[in-house]
This record gives sequence, structure tokens and C-alpha cells, in this order.
Amino acid sequence: MAEVAEQVEKKSEGLFSKKNRKLISHPLDLENPVTVQVLGICSALAVTTQMKPAFVMSLGLTIVTASSNVVISMMRNTIPSRIRIIVQLAVVSLWVILVDQILKAYVYDVSKQLSVFVGLIITNCIVMGRLEAYAMSNKPWPSFLDGIGNGIGYGLILMTLAFVRELFGSGAVFGFKVFEAVSLPYQGNGLMLLPAGACILLGIIIWVQRSINGYREG
Amino acid sequence: MENLINIGVRSIFIDNMIFAYFLGMCSFLAISKKVKTAFGLGIAVIFVIGITVPINWLIQNYVLNAGAMAWISPEFASVDLNFLQFIVFISVIAAVVQLTEMAVEKFSPALYGTLGIFLPLIAVNCSVLGAALLMVGRPYNLGEATVFGLGSGIGWMLAIVALAGVREKMKYSNVPGPLKGLGITFILVGLMSLGFLSFLGFSL
Repeated sequence: MAEVAEQVEKKSEGLFSKKNRKLISHPLDLENPVTVQVLGICSALAVTTQMKPAFVMSLGLTIVTASSNVVISMMRNTIPSRIRIIVQLAVVSLWVILVDQILKAYVYDVSKQLSVFVGLIITNCIVMGRLEAYAMSNKPWPSFLDGIGNGIGYGLILMTLAFVRELFGSGAVFGFKVFEAVSLPYQGNGLMLLPAGACILLGIIIWVQRSINGYREG
Repeated sequence: MENLINIGVRSIFIDNMIFAYFLGMCSFLAISKKVKTAFGLGIAVIFVIGITVPINWLIQNYVLNAGAMAWISPEFASVDLNFLQFIVFISVIAAVVQLTEMAVEKFSPALYGTLGIFLPLIAVNCSVLGAALLMVGRPYNLGEATVFGLGSGIGWMLAIVALAGVREKMKYSNVPGPLKGLGITFILVGLMSLGFLSFLGFSL
């Protein structure tokens, strides 16, 4: 699915106007879905003890966000506003079922590790938040870019968290034992693998990010 | 009976929705600035989880599981509808939330005044769908599933009210600029989660 998305992007390079490029670059830092918009925290904390599931999760979320953004954006003028939440949920869960079945078929061990969190992409606030805030009032192509941008922004934070947690928690990167490879004795810090470690670490990431980009909360 | 109490205590304290599974974090962070509103949202969540978990249990065990529809007619014994799980569960939750909203509005306008704005939010609260999906993975019967649902809801409310209490006090402290708001809240949640770890020592 990701390959198809890439091909589409390559073919229609002319569509990357300055405004459209911003749709992808803004969610990476200034409007990051996790650290600024406060969306999709649940999974950001829960699947980041190792890098592999974190990577699969970001990929899945990017695909679901982008594709449901496109579908909802195409239907936006025909959805009655009273039942829009249910329509959105139905569209999102269709895509999530597809992703879930694909994961079960090709990477069963990762799918087992992610357990309920694949299903929880449905209620991941990033997907619903972008549908409500962007896709309901914009054309399909910008909505697609917005979905990709927010997915990547989410993935960025996820991979940073997972990198620190796996490296210091179990001394590995993508399952490769780094400390053993350079023959340093490292015990592994259990706090990093606990829920508490994840929260504190995310707090620190937010602190660092905001010190750099100057964003302040009132 | 003892078994039910165990499941209840476990789902409230040890496997707390927020501190052990991180479910429902979005509304947990967004609506924990005041104790009063946090309490209202907590009650609404308990109510919705308490209803949807048993309903989803019935659907899972009488419709979705492989061969579960054999009670309608033996021909259906080979049908496996598990792949529909997500869409069915989320529709049940959205429907229950909508019904609850209408019922509360009709029968208790005062309660609707306090809960009204939160009810639609609950449909997309991860803890509701999360509780349903976690329940499927465990060998619960109907009674146990109900207790698990209620317990998860109570645990969630406990967490949000506690955090709101701390955040009300935080307003008067001098936090470094970049850490203000979200950053310090995460560190707080981390520390509270460390506190909840002590419940792990219970053997049930």
C-alpha cells in the first residue's frame, strides 16, 4: 500500500505547490500531532518499548489516516452533519480492518505484539481529529497530504521514544544488541520499559522540542 | 463471588486503564483541568463501558466467534465473523453513546446539563473500545465481563480525578516555560503511574 502511495506522489509532482508542501512539513514540528495537538497519545506510549512494533504502528496509522482522509474528503458534501461521527468511524474501521488483516497475514509476530492497539487505531484521536479538522472541509489531494504529514509527524515521535526506550531499556536497536556488540556490560534499565518511564520520557521530549521551536502554552 | 471481587480490584488498581494500558489518554489529558468536569466525564465513562462491555461480550460469543451462530441453525456452525469485530464493536459503542445521550436528555435534564458535552466524546475514547477488545482476549463469562467493564471505568475515573486534583494545584507553581502545560502533565502522569506500580505487589 505504501508503494502505491509513493508512486502516486512521484507521478503528480506538479501538485506540490508551496502550500501543499507545508501540509507535510508543518505536522513534523510546529503542529506535531503528538506533542502539540495532543492527539494519539495512547498508542504513542504503549507500543514504544521496541522499535519494530513502533515502526509498524506508524506505518499503519499513516496509511489509515491518509486513506480515510481521502475517502471522507470525497464524501464530505453528502454526509449529514448529525451522523458524521458514525460515518467517519465506519470508514476508518474499514481501513483498520484491512491493515489488521494484512498485518496478521504477513507479520504475525508484530501483530501479536501490538495486540489491541491495531484495533485502537479506529479511536486514535489523530485519525478522527484530522477527519474533523481537515478532511471535512478540504479537497481529496490536500487531505491526502495532510494525512501523510500527520502520520509521519506521529511516526517521528514514536521512533524517537522507541529508540531511547529500547536502547536504554534492553540495550538494543531494532532487536540488535548494541551494547553486547561493542562488548560493554549493560544491565538494561527497567524504568524505561515501564509505563512511567514512557510518560516521563515523552514529557522530556516535549520540553526539548518546545525549547528549540519556541512554542509555549498559555 | 471471590473471583468477581478479584477481577474488580485488578481492573481498578493493578491493570488501571490509564497507568497500565494508556487507554483514553487524549480526553484524560484534555479534560483534567478541573476536578468537577473530570468527575462528570468519569461517571459518563463508567456508564458507557459498563453497558458496552457486556453487550459486546454477547455479540462476540453469540455472533462473531467461529461457530458461535450454531444456536440459530446448525448450518451456520462453520461461519467465522471475527474479521468484522472492529466495525461491529465501534458501531455498538457509537449507538449506545447516542442512545444514552437521548435517554439522559429526556429523563434527567439536570444530569444532561453536566454530562451532555462529554457524551459524544466518549464514542472515540480509546478506553471504551480498548476494554471491549481486551475483554475478548480473556476467558471471561458474562458476569466477569460486566465487572471488568465497570472496574475499568472506575479505574479510569479515579485516574482522571486524581490528575485533575494535582493540576488544579499546579496552577500556582512556577514551571519553566517550555515545560508548561503538556510537558509537566506527562511527567506528573509518569510519577502517578510509579505510585500505582505499588499495587502490583498484591497477589490476587
